[in-house]
Amino acid sequence: MKADNLLNSNFVRWMAADEGPESDIVISSRIRLARNLNLIPFPQILDRESGKKSLQTIEEAWSKSTTPDLKEMELLTFDRLTALERKMLVEKHLISPGHAESDESFRGVLTNQDGSLVIMINEEDHLRIQCFLPGLQLEECYRQAQQIDDDLEQHLNFAFDERRGYLTSCPTNVGTGMRASVMLHLPAIAISGQINQIFHNIAQLGMTVRGIYGEGTEVIGNFFQLSNQVTLGQTEEDIINNLTGITKRIIEQERLLRERLREDMKYQLEDRVGRAYGILSSARVMNSNEAMALLSDVRLGVDLGILAKITAFALNELVVAIRPAHLQKKVGKEMDAFHRDIERAEVIKERLAATREH
Amino acid sequence: MYCEECKQRPATVHLTQMYNGKKVEIHLCEACAAQKGAFMFDVASNFSIPNLLGSLFGSNFNLPEVQTQLPGRVCPNCGMSLNDIMNTGRLGCSECYTAFEKELEPTLRRVHGNSEHVGKVPARGGEKVMVKKKIEHLKQQLQQAVAAENYEKAAEIRDTIKDTEKKLG
Ligand SMILES: [Zn+2]
Ligand SMILES: [Zn+2]
Repeated sequence: MKADNLLNSNFVRWMAADEGPESDIVISSRIRLARNLNLIPFPQILDRESGKKSLQTIEEAWSKSTTPDLKEMELLTFDRLTALERKMLVEKHLISPGHAESDESFRGVLTNQDGSLVIMINEEDHLRIQCFLPGLQLEECYRQAQQIDDDLEQHLNFAFDERRGYLTSCPTNVGTGMRASVMLHLPAIAISGQINQIFHNIAQLGMTVRGIYGEGTEVIGNFFQLSNQVTLGQTEEDIINNLTGITKRIIEQERLLRERLREDMKYQLEDRVGRAYGILSSARVMNSNEAMALLSDVRLGVDLGILAKITAFALNELVVAIRPAHLQKKVGKEMDAFHRDIERAEVIKERLAATREH
Repeated sequence: MYCEECKQRPATVHLTQMYNGKKVEIHLCEACAAQKGAFMFDVASNFSIPNLLGSLFGSNFNLPEVQTQLPGRVCPNCGMSLNDIMNTGRLGCSECYTAFEKELEPTLRRVHGNSEHVGKVPARGGEKVMVKKKIEHLKQQLQQAVAAENYEKAAEIRDTIKDTEKKLG
């Protein structure tokens, strides 16, 4: 099984920062297309029997596909994955937490080897075609996702209405059925206290921002996910251009503020970065929130050349490697929060030491 | 340039909004932008409430009135009632959009504005939409041809329209 990689290593494609434009600020880009089979009940009310039928229909279409990216995918149904393995897919951002809760044989994913193309099957919609790439690459994500969509629709009757567009389980997704998002690291904007104002401006443009990795809405590590809110009345190109444009403006602002920080607060900044690195490389017990906050400082230090020899790739990988399911997979057993905190400190130390040696 | 809202302070925040594929530019001062933004953000944060649909229905409908119409009204394809939809915040199937068209209208308008789909059309099941869009386009060309008094071309386009319309059956 090739897709085993996704469960046995930390790596997924969006971590490869050196392949992505603007990857000092934009961690990753994602396009998600929601598609449903005409007349078949939406997944949340599917019983096992009609669920199987829905999966069968999708599998048949997949077997007839001609696009290499789609043909090479592998089907992982959730009865064949442990709860821990499903959580690892959530921690890698490839599937939603809700999807991972199910162990039904008619729910699952079609995925390629490096996790850049992942189709959630019978999640909230029958199909959610997703493409994840490092850096700011929404157009390329869309191109790849659309290719998959074009191939599948040769063999599937998608629920579509002239006025409403693609019909989805939740009416917030009708129209293009497309959600475009970028994951941003904005430490300087956060330090300068401008984050709320930027949120306000973004909301005005029909976009939403949410913090990531928080339990609930809490923002941890200065990571933010920016996505389009409106899916109806705009073309896919409009949505992508709009989001890319806004992202570029945020990048400009973040760079400007980083420059200003370096000029006006050189010592405070270097002190903060140095302390973060010091704690990360010598702590014995580390909870997730503290780790994320310190890793954010270290990342800023790397981006500004204060710390050398740690790659953005290593930091992307760490952010996933220190999450509960990945820690438990590594150790090979279930652990309570305290023992996870010990293992987390260990993993961080190992990784930082390894990057120093290079 | 002065702020479009208060017309007193210089506009330092320039926003571009897309509406039905048209760009609308807004120029505001920071104070007004923050105020407007705060308001918009409140609306946007409602979107994250899981039973979005339920809450939106609640604020758009006179509930007792809707509920009296409820008994017996279910989607003929999947059997979901409006009550089920309000409780789960999710529709049951593609046909629910037709079965509860009127009831869904305010929700869709609130989330997406008064818009119609302008994006991608599937090749399958979307044939009619594509044909209709082509006819619309041809009719525009016809008008242009007539306006330019190019009657030969207009006749040609008219024939194409007739042929194309046959495909709609
Ligand atoms: Zn003003
Ligand atoms: Zn229905």
